[in-house]
Amino acid sequence: MATQEVQVNETLVHLKTESETLKSKLEEERAKLHDVELHQVAEKVEGLGQFVMKTRRTLKGHGNKVLCMDWCKDKRRIVSSSQDGKVIVWDAFTTNKEHAVTMPCTWVMACAYAPSGCAVACGGLDNKCSVYPLSLDKNENLAAKKKSVAMHTNYLSACSFTNSDMQILTSSGDGTCALWDVESGQLLQSFHGHAADVLCLDLAPSETGNTFVSGGCDKKANVWDMRSGQCIQSFETHESDINSVRYYPSGDAFASGSDDATCRLYDLRADREVAIYSKESIIFGVSSVDFSLSGRLLFAGYNDYTINVWDVLKGTRVSILFGHENRVSTLRVSPDGTSFCTGSWDHTLRV
Amino acid sequence: MTIRTARPDRVQHFRPRMHCLKKLEAVVVEMQSGVKGSEQKLNVTTIPHVIIGKDIIAWITNKMKTTTEESEAFGTMLVAYGYIYPLQNHRKLVMCNDSSLYRFQTPYFWPTQKWVAEHSDYAIYLAKRNIRKKGMLEPYEQAHYNHLHEWLNHKWDFIVMQATEQYKYVNHPTERAYWIVNKPPRRTHSAMDSGLELLIDPNSDEKIPFDVYRRMNLFYQQAIMRSKVKSSVSLGALNKYVTTYKNHDPFLAPCLPSNPWLTDNDTYWTLNMRQVEVPTKMRVERWSFSLFELLSDLRGRDDFKIFLKKEFSGMGTFLAPGAPRWINIDGRTMGLTVKGLDHPHRYVLEAAQTHVFLLMKKDTFFRYLKSPVYKEIEKKALNPEPHNFSPAQLEQNAQNRSPGIHPLILWQQDEAEKAKAAAASAPVDVKALMSKLDRKK
Repeated sequence: MATQEVQVNETLVHLKTESETLKSKLEEERAKLHDVELHQVAEKVEGLGQFVMKTRRTLKGHGNKVLCMDWCKDKRRIVSSSQDGKVIVWDAFTTNKEHAVTMPCTWVMACAYAPSGCAVACGGLDNKCSVYPLSLDKNENLAAKKKSVAMHTNYLSACSFTNSDMQILTSSGDGTCALWDVESGQLLQSFHGHAADVLCLDLAPSETGNTFVSGGCDKKANVWDMRSGQCIQSFETHESDINSVRYYPSGDAFASGSDDATCRLYDLRADREVAIYSKESIIFGVSSVDFSLSGRLLFAGYNDYTINVWDVLKGTRVSILFGHENRVSTLRVSPDGTSFCTGSWDHTLRV
Repeated sequence: MTIRTARPDRVQHFRPRMHCLKKLEAVVVEMQSGVKGSEQKLNVTTIPHVIIGKDIIAWITNKMKTTTEESEAFGTMLVAYGYIYPLQNHRKLVMCNDSSLYRFQTPYFWPTQKWVAEHSDYAIYLAKRNIRKKGMLEPYEQAHYNHLHEWLNHKWDFIVMQATEQYKYVNHPTERAYWIVNKPPRRTHSAMDSGLELLIDPNSDEKIPFDVYRRMNLFYQQAIMRSKVKSSVSLGALNKYVTTYKNHDPFLAPCLPSNPWLTDNDTYWTLNMRQVEVPTKMRVERWSFSLFELLSDLRGRDDFKIFLKKEFSGMGTFLAPGAPRWINIDGRTMGLTVKGLDHPHRYVLEAAQTHVFLLMKKDTFFRYLKSPVYKEIEKKALNPEPHNFSPAQLEQNAQNRSPGIHPLILWQQDEAEKAKAAAASAPVDVKALMSKLDRKK
């Protein structure tokens, strides 16, 4: 018996060393093709001027921390969810509340608007993702038509519709992501590979739309193939949990925001990290990131109640915005890029 | 259907990772030697060991080389985490850049990653307060007290005993400050009032099992094999993307006629709706960036369909021998592809259709851009004049924000149109037709 144990241990050690060697070889290969830095490429690009960004709308109505929000494709409506279990659909332009749903659980950490604008999906501590079709009738109880779509073994951290209303992609505290069919509630594909809670995900904007990226508490950002369920690329350069990932508008790169107070840009074709957005004076974690329409600006919401705006190409900070009274938990740019919305633990949303 | 994972089902009680604590502590330690404490007179009493908000902010600005606003934000975080506590207005955990009084919290009460505020400690504290305030606790404290009394009933004698002992000598303001940060009253924003507790202890080093290593190694081998692109090429592409879209980014260039969020006038949105007769110039320009852009914009897709109909109405146009890169494909297949683009689902671009789509990207798309269909729409496209609202007009706009059309209504309209189109071109049901003919006989 003892010899068997020793054998297993040896093999484990052997595997571990092999793993380390392979990892350094991968870094070597990546470095070989790295012939220029991003800021060098950006030298010829003209600098950005001064920005005047102000809060244009403040949406009050949640009774507790706002955890997540998403824009509707009509560029003015948003759905937001909060810790007290309420999910509200607003017309952010007029600041009117249009629909409200009370979830049977607290900490609704994920919400998403369907591409057609006819439904919203949300979930959280109930370990499920439910889809609520919206109705023009103000008196209708939306909870009656609710469809339970996803089931995980731990909390739901993020959800997103794919290109249509028929499929939802979810990520969970149980370490997996999954693709579901809305009508039948069937699991279409599951994605295993994270060693800890998966906190965020984003779908690729390309026309083939077959990949997505996820970030987790294991400090890794993984890129997955939606059809095969395989992890095709993985990046582990952050020093702490990755709270948010977002694709660059062209689909060839993505940005991540982490608890280690940095945002990083990863190039998918060159298969490496190409930029770090950080400052000595910024020490609080990033909760949420998003790009402006052209990809030149990266907006990031932080746990120190501020929003920093970075010049993606040059790597410098362009602007810092104040206004929230508690940490910024979620940030999304509107579909046509005319504004961005932030949700915060101070119970409000700002556009 | 549920996803099952192989991980053990432990009770969640680990605090989420707070990566910033080490750096925060380093700053606070430096600050303690940098900011001078003094005695301050407040009304008739003298309070020792006090630091003033202004001084703290000035020190931060100097040390971190930031603006005053940023220093204020940083200072607020120091208070929100409990490293410094306010002496006046102890429930508002913010740092004010004036003569407000603060004090450094004793290191014993500093937040740590490993140690979560114990429930029994909180119970003892509340019991002490109860004695001090002669039973008049704040509502939120009373609620906690009752809850703990029920839950920790078995320990209650011990708790009361500790409370009576400690009541005589523990420093009141520091402990109170600690509990305000860790168990904040309703309207107080504290940084320790953090999110969900994690399933896995972020501090432990997880023992990685056998097969995970195997999988990782396989993954690394595949990754090494995978073809990569030179940085100069891919970064150059990123740069190019930014340059192409520069004028279309509302944060970088003004949108015409005006950004609805700035002027409260939503003409910009109405001009760019799905069903417009004439699109704007910017929109038409964007179609020329890539086939993806063209097809993502439904109005662009309509225009492209018009072009395709014209191109493939004559079946023989592209079966011409020697036509570069064309396969023998008839108008019907092309029609199917176009129809498939109407309802993109996961596998619409399978096999032959993928081939056609790629050809479209490389060839048809560019021909479209040179075609009279596109040139015409370019000429007709609108170029709206920028709005120039006076302050009074802006005020009016703000009062009269238009509600727009609810997406549900638009969707219903869309569905109705699709149904009509489907009915008009329904495929012939051969069986029904045959049986009809049979019956006629």
